[in-house]
Amino acid sequence: MENVYLAIPLAPLAGAIVAGLFGKAIGRRGAHTVTILGVAVAFALSLVVFKHHVLDGASVHNAAVYTWGVSEGLRMEVGFLIDNLTALMLVVVTFVSLMVHIYTIGYMHDDPGYQRFFSYIALFTFSMLMLVMSNNFLQLFFGWEAVGLVSYLLIGFWYTRESAIFANLKAFLVNRVGDFGFILGIAAIVMATHSLDYATVFGQADRLAGETISIFAGREWSLITVICLLLFVGAMGKSAQMPLHVWLPDSMEGPTPISALIHAATMVTAGVFMVARMSPLFEYSEVALGVVLVIGALTAFFMGLVGVVQNDIKRVIAYSTLSQLGYMTAALGASAYAAGIFHLMTHAFFKALLFLAAGSVIIALHHEQDMRKMGGLRRYMPITFWTSVVGSLALAGIPGLAGFFSKDTIIEAIHLSEAPGAGLAYWLVLLSVFVTALYTFRLLFLVFFGEPRMDAHTREHLHESPKVVTVPLVLLAIPSVISGYLVGWVAFGDYFGGAIVVHEAHDVLGELAREYHGVWGFMLHGMMAPPFWLALAGIATAWVFFHWRPELAEAARLTLRPVYVVLERKYGFDELYLFLFAGGARRVGRFLWQWGDARLIDGLLVNGAARTVGWVAARVRGMQTGYLYHYAFAMIIGLILLLARYLYAA
Amino acid sequence: MQSTLWNDLAAALPELWMLGAVCFVLVFDLFVPAARRDLTYWLVQATLAGALVFTVAGHDGGRTLAFGGHYVVDEMAVLLKSAIYLVAGAVFLYSRPYLKDRGLFRGEYFVLGLFGVLGMMIMVSAHSFVSLYLGLELLALSQYAMVAFFRDSLPASEAAMKYFVLGALASGMLLYGMSVLYGTVGSLDIATVANALSQEEGRSAFALFGLVFVVVGIAFKFGAVPFHMWVPDVYDGAPTSVTLYIGSAPKIAAFAMLMRLLSESLGPLTGDWGQLLAVLLVLSMAVGNIIAIAQRRIKRMLAYSTISHVGFLFFGVMAGTQEGYAAAMFYAIVYAAMAAGAFGMLLLMSRQGYEPEHIDDFKGLNERHPWLAFLMLLLMFSMAGIPPTVGFYAKLAVIQAAVNVGEVWIAVYAVVLSVIGAFYYLRVVKYMYFDKPEESHPVQPGMDAQVIMGINGLAMLALGVFPGGLMALCLRAVGY
Repeated sequence: MENVYLAIPLAPLAGAIVAGLFGKAIGRRGAHTVTILGVAVAFALSLVVFKHHVLDGASVHNAAVYTWGVSEGLRMEVGFLIDNLTALMLVVVTFVSLMVHIYTIGYMHDDPGYQRFFSYIALFTFSMLMLVMSNNFLQLFFGWEAVGLVSYLLIGFWYTRESAIFANLKAFLVNRVGDFGFILGIAAIVMATHSLDYATVFGQADRLAGETISIFAGREWSLITVICLLLFVGAMGKSAQMPLHVWLPDSMEGPTPISALIHAATMVTAGVFMVARMSPLFEYSEVALGVVLVIGALTAFFMGLVGVVQNDIKRVIAYSTLSQLGYMTAALGASAYAAGIFHLMTHAFFKALLFLAAGSVIIALHHEQDMRKMGGLRRYMPITFWTSVVGSLALAGIPGLAGFFSKDTIIEAIHLSEAPGAGLAYWLVLLSVFVTALYTFRLLFLVFFGEPRMDAHTREHLHESPKVVTVPLVLLAIPSVISGYLVGWVAFGDYFGGAIVVHEAHDVLGELAREYHGVWGFMLHGMMAPPFWLALAGIATAWVFFHWRPELAEAARLTLRPVYVVLERKYGFDELYLFLFAGGARRVGRFLWQWGDARLIDGLLVNGAARTVGWVAARVRGMQTGYLYHYAFAMIIGLILLLARYLYAA
Repeated sequence: MQSTLWNDLAAALPELWMLGAVCFVLVFDLFVPAARRDLTYWLVQATLAGALVFTVAGHDGGRTLAFGGHYVVDEMAVLLKSAIYLVAGAVFLYSRPYLKDRGLFRGEYFVLGLFGVLGMMIMVSAHSFVSLYLGLELLALSQYAMVAFFRDSLPASEAAMKYFVLGALASGMLLYGMSVLYGTVGSLDIATVANALSQEEGRSAFALFGLVFVVVGIAFKFGAVPFHMWVPDVYDGAPTSVTLYIGSAPKIAAFAMLMRLLSESLGPLTGDWGQLLAVLLVLSMAVGNIIAIAQRRIKRMLAYSTISHVGFLFFGVMAGTQEGYAAAMFYAIVYAAMAAGAFGMLLLMSRQGYEPEHIDDFKGLNERHPWLAFLMLLLMFSMAGIPPTVGFYAKLAVIQAAVNVGEVWIAVYAVVLSVIGAFYYLRVVKYMYFDKPEESHPVQPGMDAQVIMGINGLAMLALGVFPGGLMALCLRAVGY
């Protein structure tokens, strides 16, 4: 099996290298063939691994592949940890990636950067696989940074657009903040355990929980809390949790397949995955769990609200992603790691579906993204429409579809949780159900129902997207429905085995599992619980305001103007950051540049030294008079001086 | 000592071959019509190739004394002679089109050049003061004549005059030093002198007096400050093909002289001449690097650059260890190749009625001939000592050897000055790549010159990445 593990990340890497370096030589066809082949191989092998570990019950594989260096006993390695958690992630990542690869053939059809694009997304797949397969912190960090890099490159893929450059710089900088916390966390781990290996570190979690660290003199902090909070700062950046969420909506400047793959289904869930992977550490820190729970719940609710007022189709889905990431994070905080990962999986399917469907709409309308200029598309694009309906129902949490199972489990788990802040979190995630249904169906009604609002020319040419676009939609719609039925196994069963550690006192899922009697019972129960009715209310509200009586929406907007403005401004995070951090950094930078660099270093030290040398040179060269007797004189003087040195000594 | 005449002649076969071949070329050239003078050129290259074969194949790996101890063949002689042949061959190759374009393509250039090579060979293989001086003067006289070779050029005649007078002065000092040493020791043989000086009463004031004169003679050959004044004027005044000749291979011969005199015969006085070299090298590095910055003429700039490189070379010798000698030898060989490449580049860029005189003439070379620009970049990087070129490794080896004997402060000084020196090398690179060309005439060097220049330039990179082979040869040559 070792070779299979190794081949999984390397196949997409090979595709990326070939498409990236020899893109011109192999042409467009060659580029997409080779990368799709690489990802398809990775997907097939992931299924093999899934069967081997999950279905056949093979034991956990944890071994180093390559030792990069050993420094004072600290081993830096490339290694794989393959357990059921990894196997699940492998299948999700490679499947969505494969769908997106195929879809891209249609979406990027006329783009001049075709080969480059395929190279990047294959490289992304490699990086993400390295991240999830890692058995140590160093490789985790490598994958973490590598997916960040590719994300940066892809957000700015259309690098001639100013907004794209702004967005990718923003994503890069915000992620710097998160990654800084993350690497501090890793450093703290190395400091405390002198190891980068997961197993070794987890083995010492018990000891770490009892230790304290003094960061500022006179104040003792629980070491494990410090470590977990720092790691979680990394997760906040990558998984876009408040207040580090600001980069994700702007990342929609990238091509739509990227939004689906990186900024919805896989990369942004890396933070959730990481926290779940670190559950043996997080379980020891009540404080960290409470922070995770509250941050997640806040993100889920407040970011969902912003989604209601967006008019750009991709931005609505982006805010929805933020909100759903909030759900996953909140689940982690409630120690319902399995539920979080389960939602990660179902969300990956239906959110990728919604993004790709949005992309399909966008191509049909010649890159128009404003929903106010859409409408009535269901007649022209039936496949896109029906798959969108499936995705929307799943997202809204209607019983029978994937989202219902995962989201309901999370809400129930938080309800039972006794972590600090759980009461607040419960109300937030509960209300979010209404909000989710509202923005989801607002989108659906505005885009696919009502009168077409696009111009006549576009309307005449409306047609369903090509096969390479619709086939992935259909293929994603299937797991968007059925993956939810695994709830009994993944969320309540012992699917994860030892991969996820939950302490007895926090075991909310175990409690839920005792009342779980099959999916049908779960669904029946769900239909009598508040989330279901809230979802229906959300859908009904959306129908009233955005389909039946659109003028009511306008009236509501005017009546609730202050609220609307706050939401429209996205609570002012962007303005605050631009002023405080971006502006502040620029002001400090300008000061250092003008005074420190330009005057002191450049002016005085560098140019000053250069001027002095130049001045000396101009003077000394005057010694070269050109007169022979001067030269001879210099020689004689030199001789005499050298002699004098010895005659004096003698 | 069982040295029959036959054995002596066999040992000196490369020199004899060279002598015979030069005489043949001299006569042959008289009968060759001007249009077919390329034959002479090819004959010259064949002579060098033959000498290389005799030198390398004739060496049995040991150390052979001949002609009553006046002549020696050892590892160092073989290595340095081989390097001289290769550099001289490249020099002749670069020069041919330049000489043709200026109506200077005559046999004399090659004959004088070969006589100079013969002089260098004798210097390298000298084992007594007399034979050393013989080789030195043979080389020097050839060079004086070569500088004056372009009769109608006023700067060239002036340069030749200065060179000759100052050279005579320096030769006088060297000879005077040698005779003082002869007076104290009573022998001209290098080994005997060393032996006598290592006795307790050997380090007399009289011997030190002679030593100073010897060091001055050596310093003049290298062009170390304050005996450097001739270097810029001669380099700048001479026809570029002659500058190329003077600036490259003779440095290797001068290094051999340095080794034979200071290390082999005056080795017991290492501490004394080490201090003299320290003074010279400190001055050379400063004067060379700083004045080079103020130069606008490319040949003068390279002349001052030579002076600064001499400082580095002396630094390795000054350490007085075998590691230091090997590092200095490495430096000398590498420097000769760098100088051949840099001056050769001037020849390659020349054409009828034009040659690059100012640094500005390199502006935009990348647009006119990217391959030459790239090679020049390698050469300049190497001279500046920027990794991964060999110039970096050469400097590193020298500094390492010196630091190992505790010369930390001079090492710091050397590094600081090489940073200052990097400025004028990088300025050339900046002109080539970032400025617009001021002239549009295409640069069209011949294919042979391009190939050899390619090897010359890429060798800077290759030796920089794999310095081990040449370094091992140098270490073996100093008997490490």
